[in-house]
Amino acid sequence: MKDFDVIRTRAHRLDTPDKATGKAVYVDDIDKPGMLYGALLQSPHAHANIISIDTSKAEALPGVKAVVTSKEAGSIKYGVSPARYDETVFAIDKVRYVGDEIAAVAAISLEIAQKAVALIEVEYEILPAVFTIEDAMKDGAPQLHEDFPKNLCAEVHHEFGDVEKALAESDIVKTTTVKNKRQDGACIEMQGCIAEFDRRGTLTLVSGTQVPHYVQRTVAMVLGMDIGKVRVKKPYVGAGFGIKASANPMELACCILARETNKPVKMNYTRDQVFKLARARHGFTHTITTGAKKDGTLMALKHECWLDGGAYSSFGIATVYYAGSLLGGPYKLPNMKYDGYRVYNNKPTCGAQRGHGAVIARATFEQQLDMIAGDLGMDPLELRVKNMMEAGDTTCNDLNMSSFGMAECIDAVRNGSGWDEKKGKMPNGKGIGMACGFFVSGAGYPIYRSDTYHGTVIVKLTEDGGTALVYTASAEIGQGSDTAFAMIAAEALGIPLENVRLESGDTDMGVDLGAYSSRQTLMTGHATKEAAEHAKAQVLEVLSGLLNVPVEEMDIKNGFIEFKNETPDITDIRTRYIKEHRGWIDNPDSEKLTFKEASRMAFLEKGSIVGTGKYKPHLLGGKFKGAAVGTSPAYGCSAQVAEVSVDVETGQITIERITDAHDCGKAINMTSVEGQMEGSVSMGIGEAMHEEVMFDDKGNVLNNDLAEYKIVTSMDMPQVDAVVVESDEPNGPFGAKEVGEGAIMPTIPAILNAVYDAIGVRVFELPLTPERVYWAIQEYQKKAG
Amino acid sequence: MKKIISVTINNEIYEIAVEPNQTLADLLRYDLGLTGTKKGCDTGDCGACTVILDGDVVNSCLVLAIQTDGSVVDTIEGLATEEGLHPIQEAFVEKGAIQCGYCSPGMIMSAKNLLDKNTNPTEQEIREGISGNLCRCTGYQKIIEAIDSQKS
Ligand code: FES
Ligand code: FES
Repeated sequence: MKDFDVIRTRAHRLDTPDKATGKAVYVDDIDKPGMLYGALLQSPHAHANIISIDTSKAEALPGVKAVVTSKEAGSIKYGVSPARYDETVFAIDKVRYVGDEIAAVAAISLEIAQKAVALIEVEYEILPAVFTIEDAMKDGAPQLHEDFPKNLCAEVHHEFGDVEKALAESDIVKTTTVKNKRQDGACIEMQGCIAEFDRRGTLTLVSGTQVPHYVQRTVAMVLGMDIGKVRVKKPYVGAGFGIKASANPMELACCILARETNKPVKMNYTRDQVFKLARARHGFTHTITTGAKKDGTLMALKHECWLDGGAYSSFGIATVYYAGSLLGGPYKLPNMKYDGYRVYNNKPTCGAQRGHGAVIARATFEQQLDMIAGDLGMDPLELRVKNMMEAGDTTCNDLNMSSFGMAECIDAVRNGSGWDEKKGKMPNGKGIGMACGFFVSGAGYPIYRSDTYHGTVIVKLTEDGGTALVYTASAEIGQGSDTAFAMIAAEALGIPLENVRLESGDTDMGVDLGAYSSRQTLMTGHATKEAAEHAKAQVLEVLSGLLNVPVEEMDIKNGFIEFKNETPDITDIRTRYIKEHRGWIDNPDSEKLTFKEASRMAFLEKGSIVGTGKYKPHLLGGKFKGAAVGTSPAYGCSAQVAEVSVDVETGQITIERITDAHDCGKAINMTSVEGQMEGSVSMGIGEAMHEEVMFDDKGNVLNNDLAEYKIVTSMDMPQVDAVVVESDEPNGPFGAKEVGEGAIMPTIPAILNAVYDAIGVRVFELPLTPERVYWAIQEYQKKAG
Repeated sequence: MKKIISVTINNEIYEIAVEPNQTLADLLRYDLGLTGTKKGCDTGDCGACTVILDGDVVNSCLVLAIQTDGSVVDTIEGLATEEGLHPIQEAFVEKGAIQCGYCSPGMIMSAKNLLDKNTNPTEQEIREGISGNLCRCTGYQKIIEAIDSQKS
């Protein structure tokens, strides 16, 4: 094994001392001189034509500085995928969900802005609304978007191999349907932003976003500005999980208010508005048919999926592709057919959430694998081992597993949970279940069609030579990416982590597509490594000239220059360094030549030493339509075992323990990897057990707060034993790949399978509320007579 | 109509005019610049705004500033000293108990209150002690480890 000095440790994160002391600045902590406060007018109706908007009373309210509607904002459409730009900042002639933005106000206080919003008079013509897939698809159903008959936002049809033939050749064929409910990201920080123009016309938008780059492009497009005149900066962000992975209407409205008033304007969503914006997990209905041979060999998968999409597209096109393509692995599956449909309706818009598109598909499939194993009398774990892909394998839909520590993951959870001692031997009411999963380590292509680099990084050495500054436009949103990149830079330069400083999340620092699709460690990590190596090469080149030692015979390690052969005389360099730094406290006195001295010499010879790095994936994936979605330079994978107990009288499930193993390639920071695993498990448990966004029959979110929308608390969370499995990913920086999203994949199906093991009843609808489980038990008992 | 109150915050006495409907969270954040106290809901559901008021944890978004006249308030900014971080803060850093950090100030105040009152809590007591503080990132495991490491 290569030996590393900085990565693969439990280094403390760079940002946590400030976060622990309340010093870390999030967007709402920022105050600007002369700052105004913005508020939005949002539709109270799920579907209505706008007949007229009268802003005169709002404008007349003292303290109001601007009232803007589509008149000021214009009609440029935006969204996530250019193929489905279907939103405007403000509704132009109709509103499509409760929460659709109509106008915004900037005033000298938030109270006045809110009062003014209430004074805007809108005349509506109420239209019939649709809230379910079935109603939206009916003949004669009200149409949300003219160009999309039957409210069909997107459809996907793929077939790899010959599914019907393979099913006919199978010994066992199972079909099941699983439904989940819409989830909410429920980041503890609600979205907020501050926009400001300077007198030269440059716009700076500070926003709690996962994707400064995409926000910059969207703002520039919608406001009709040069990209070079739009700067998007991300302060610390109270997490994202996908819901902050695209420009939101508030950010755009805020920029327009800043333009109209020439003042800094701050806006925040309330918790209710966060639920209205949504952009979180879709509602999915998956029907899956799997065929297998008697010995457990998987033959074919036939899959149909319907997505409850909401009023606009957001990430939906990618979601509907992911929902199908990410069942191609992690098992050897020669034949796969997928038909996916995403349907518009008059509810808030769904988008991407941790494990984008693939979580419920995985839950459906992994539950079915257990059913097949049961029918075949096989241990479900063995069925998985039998069919598991190996490193180097490619799925039928062209996803290549360049590294794949799945066997190790399964071993780890088997041993860690005591699977062999427990499976089939637990008392009634107690159960154990397992599942596997895999996920992209960054999307193979950007959201817009482009040859762009996915990440560029600059490493600049300070003039005294002692510190490396890393500049990246990537987004630290809590996952620990700043620390990971500082560690990568330190490792690549050969200096201690304490000598690296890092700035991130600012579009002026370069291009980075941001924190989504579990991409940054691999992609930004590569660019960071390259930039650091570039800086290092420049230092060694100058040193080579000064000492007359070939570059290949030198290296930098732990902040010192190492010479492979004879150590040259360093006296001249040291004397020169110290002379220039008379009176400083930190002059080197070590026997070895330090990085600092070498880097200072490089500065004296060449001026600022700047290393640059960049990354884009090699050409990936097949030629079929939609082949791009699901491709990735690498895939993380994981296995989990859940242990549960079920109270048969009440349907109450308690999760006793989760054993989780994830292959993240080489772990840059062990503690952060475990943190991602444990956090993923908690989000998976929430979704499995109780998270569900509920609506009334008018399209209002019923549980629009964190009291009624229940995320996991410290009381619900079981012991999680997280085992980090480290393969060596050839396409990853220092062998690293993802953990942030992939780790959620097995949680829900492992729980579903454990519940079955406990009570012998399959539940096909999420979340597993006591009521739903109770009725499933009743139904089962009735059938069993 | 604003009213003058006198309140001791992190050992400093403040004489300050407050609106009758202003919350303690807003007073701290927007009037006094003590933005370490976070707001994740403003309705008492998330615990991000947890501070210690007269020796007990409260959600400062549910307390009116005016009610704190004559009271003693401790916020996250009062924990670290010139010597460095408070040991509980150190433990959160050391154990990796902080990800996005938005829940952390409130979480740490709840942890401090718990350990002030019970120097040797069981795991169950730790879970209960932070049950009003939601964290979406960590799954609580490393938070519980951090608090557990501070038992005496
Ligand atoms: S902001 Fe006070 S409890 Fe959420
Ligand atoms: S660390 Fe993000 S909410 Fe707790």
